[in-house]
Amino acid sequence: MKVMDHAEKSKVFNGDEKRVDWHDETLWFIRKKRDVATHNIPEWEDLREAGSQIKNHSLSNLNHYLQQFETNAKANGIVIHWAKDGEEHNKIVLGLLQKHQITEMVKSKSMLTEECHLNDYLENNGVAVVDSDLGERIVQLAKEAPSHIVLPCIHKKKEEIGELFHEFLGTPEGSADPQLLTEAARQSLRNTFLTRRAALTGVNFAIAETGEFVVCTNEGNADMGAHLADIHIASMGIEKVIPLRKHLSIFLRLLTRSATGQPITTYSSHFATPAKGKELHIILVDNGRTKQLARPDFRNSLKCIRCAACFNTCPVYRRSGGHSYQSVIAGPIGSILMPNLDMKKHADLPFASSLCGSCSNVCPVKIDIHDQLYKWRQVIVKEGYANPAKTVAMKLMAKTLASPTLYKMAGKAARTTLKYAPFVVNNKFNAWYLHRDMPEVPKSSFGEWYNKNRKNND
Amino acid sequence: MTSREKILEAVQSSQPDLRELPNLDLFYKTYATVEQDRAKFIQTVQMIGAKAYEVNGYEEIIKRIKSDFEITGKRVVSAVRELDQIAQQYTATDNHELANVELMILPTHFAVAENGACWVDDELFEERLLLFIPQHLVFIVKKDQIVPNLHQAYRLIADKKYGYGAFVAGPSKTADIEQSLVLGAHGPRSLTVFML
Amino acid sequence: MKVALFIPCYVDQFYPKAAIATLQLLEKYGCEVTYPKNQTCCGQPMANSGFEHLTGGCDHNFVDNFKGFDYIVAPSGSCVLHIKDHLHDDRFPAEAKKIRDTTYELITFLTDVLKVEKLRASFPHKVGIHQSCHGLRGLKLAQMSELNAPPFSKPVHLLNMVNDIEIIHLERVDECCGFGGTFCVAEEAVSVKMGVDRVADHVLHGAEYITGVDMSCLMHMEGLLNRDKSTVKVIHIAEILNGGVQ
Repeated sequence: MKVMDHAEKSKVFNGDEKRVDWHDETLWFIRKKRDVATHNIPEWEDLREAGSQIKNHSLSNLNHYLQQFETNAKANGIVIHWAKDGEEHNKIVLGLLQKHQITEMVKSKSMLTEECHLNDYLENNGVAVVDSDLGERIVQLAKEAPSHIVLPCIHKKKEEIGELFHEFLGTPEGSADPQLLTEAARQSLRNTFLTRRAALTGVNFAIAETGEFVVCTNEGNADMGAHLADIHIASMGIEKVIPLRKHLSIFLRLLTRSATGQPITTYSSHFATPAKGKELHIILVDNGRTKQLARPDFRNSLKCIRCAACFNTCPVYRRSGGHSYQSVIAGPIGSILMPNLDMKKHADLPFASSLCGSCSNVCPVKIDIHDQLYKWRQVIVKEGYANPAKTVAMKLMAKTLASPTLYKMAGKAARTTLKYAPFVVNNKFNAWYLHRDMPEVPKSSFGEWYNKNRKNND
Repeated sequence: MTSREKILEAVQSSQPDLRELPNLDLFYKTYATVEQDRAKFIQTVQMIGAKAYEVNGYEEIIKRIKSDFEITGKRVVSAVRELDQIAQQYTATDNHELANVELMILPTHFAVAENGACWVDDELFEERLLLFIPQHLVFIVKKDQIVPNLHQAYRLIADKKYGYGAFVAGPSKTADIEQSLVLGAHGPRSLTVFML
Repeated sequence: MKVALFIPCYVDQFYPKAAIATLQLLEKYGCEVTYPKNQTCCGQPMANSGFEHLTGGCDHNFVDNFKGFDYIVAPSGSCVLHIKDHLHDDRFPAEAKKIRDTTYELITFLTDVLKVEKLRASFPHKVGIHQSCHGLRGLKLAQMSELNAPPFSKPVHLLNMVNDIEIIHLERVDECCGFGGTFCVAEEAVSVKMGVDRVADHVLHGAEYITGVDMSCLMHMEGLLNRDKSTVKVIHIAEILNGGVQ
């Protein structure tokens, strides 16, 4: 269980309203860039539909495509490993490093390794890991978790990053210029790339037809790491496989326009074989994915291509910050993926939404995110993870609303209470009243008015 | 049971009934002319922080490189024979020695108008790092090798055998610090595309 | 045309003027309107909190009250969406289906069924339209800003028939106000901040009134406006279409 739930964490986050405004505006700016980019493609909605259908098809034939991918990748000279959970994944990575007596590794962005807590595991086993994506490097130095899957340090102000770099990279004190800070990271990480013998990357798409996989970055960090190392390990969830190379045209058109509003990432690298004299490994990881695949209401969350458009559009995420979710993947998509992994721990997440539905509309593969949030609420209550006081209140409400007689009594009571003794309800224990006035109380309800004014009522 | 068997069995028992693949024909229709695609490519390349020049020959490229880049005393590497007078060919076997390259000049297979990307694979040169390690990168693409969108692009490489290939669109960049765009994250600080 | 009036519980109790305007509007356009007097609530507050399994009693009561009409009309997108998506009754499955299919939110009923092209109303004020999410993204009352699709707006179509009204532009045309049913108390801090920001957009652009199809969102924003001692008011769209402020 979490010590504080999303609502309580959000309350803390909202203690600094100026910062909330800054966070909200920064992410809304990206949503607007996304809108411009997608509105420039007349066939955008067709692309979303195609992306959704290819993913539906892939998941419905996943057993076949995984084996086809494995066969073709092996024929290309790639070594394939299978891991049923995070622990097995981590052991495979450690085993490969130990085999080559490697104690330092560079890693580009991989939400899967976050999910497996790979860094902690390797550090505990004597392997130093450097995250090479600038945002990930920043949160790594700050000993924090990423707060966003595409923009890991979007919660941090440049002044805070300046202090961090002053301490760790020796930039001048008080310097917060993004150009200067990025240059310092470039110099430091270039040295890292040139001295690491092992590199780990994520996988954006894996192609069953060819046994190749695609990694997308803007910084070029995945490639810098992979091409300079002797051994390249690529970790991927089993849901990343798509049938044909030509399907990449659909997904690469959707991915970055949805993520940042760019037409494509700077680098879309297709790895089919190991480079001469080097090793290339792929670890195919389940870690709860087959469990989610078995849930008809929730399986299509596995279509996610990790663009984070749902984060940027979510009015709750923008005003609560990624850390309030206390999960590897925050935001709306995290709220439907995380309960699958640990329902008790993440029972608060499906409730961290007003169910406005904007997430489902921006999703490039048409995941019905807000409907799944609603469905997870039902599951979580049925499994017994609701607050007992809430259950009692809901039962009472259900009873009252099912009975016209009880309802009329309760309604009248609510209005008379408000009318004659507002302090009974209007106090600090009422969450509504903390910042909102109660509605003015009318003389009569509509029902009462109707009885007086429409005689034909039977 | 191995993890492989466990996972494949769990997938088999969990995956839903087969869903059809969509028909993608509509995405392959294009209405733009070659000239429009070229203009769109130039516009997109500029939008993503790179430069594009239409040129008539290698002499013009050499002249432009000499005026745009400070290359005296700096290492310039190329995988284009016609540029030997200003660049060396890359022949080494340990790619770490590329760390000091100032300017890299590379051929490309084709370019994509809608996103400003050029496609490069190891048919042109084997060393993958060439694309990433120089301080500045120059691409050369044939003027008549510009396709309108990614669908047409993948049509060109649908059945191609390669060990490694990449779409490269613009210089290396990041906006991780407060969404301020900075060019030159880890890879090239600039990209210039010559359309020949 | 026999129309049953479905008045959401909080509208019945706190906003009878919106309900009266809805009734009068329907009557003006020739509907034979009945208000089934034993109606209570659609059950959405429980369902959205994860207690959909407790809504059987509400569903039965709803079916008992609303079966046998040509249409059921309510001045709320949210409650209507809940009925259309979630109403079930094992006793009368066919009736429940008919109710799901013939329940309309007021604006859609006016534009799509009654095909209203003329109104006699005047509202000489600057008005901001709040796009309630369930009406917008659930019932498709207007085009959603996220999609690349032709614009339209049923509420604006009707408001354009009102004399002297000035509809203001907003910076964020369809962002959620943060009401969200029990969300407004369960996630109080975020709900309030969402509402504060939504109201600020209207105020910044000179709204005298904020209107919309859902009184629940308006109640949330009114609570914030009143606490702030603002002169900006909220008004249900039915009241404007019914002639404006009486």
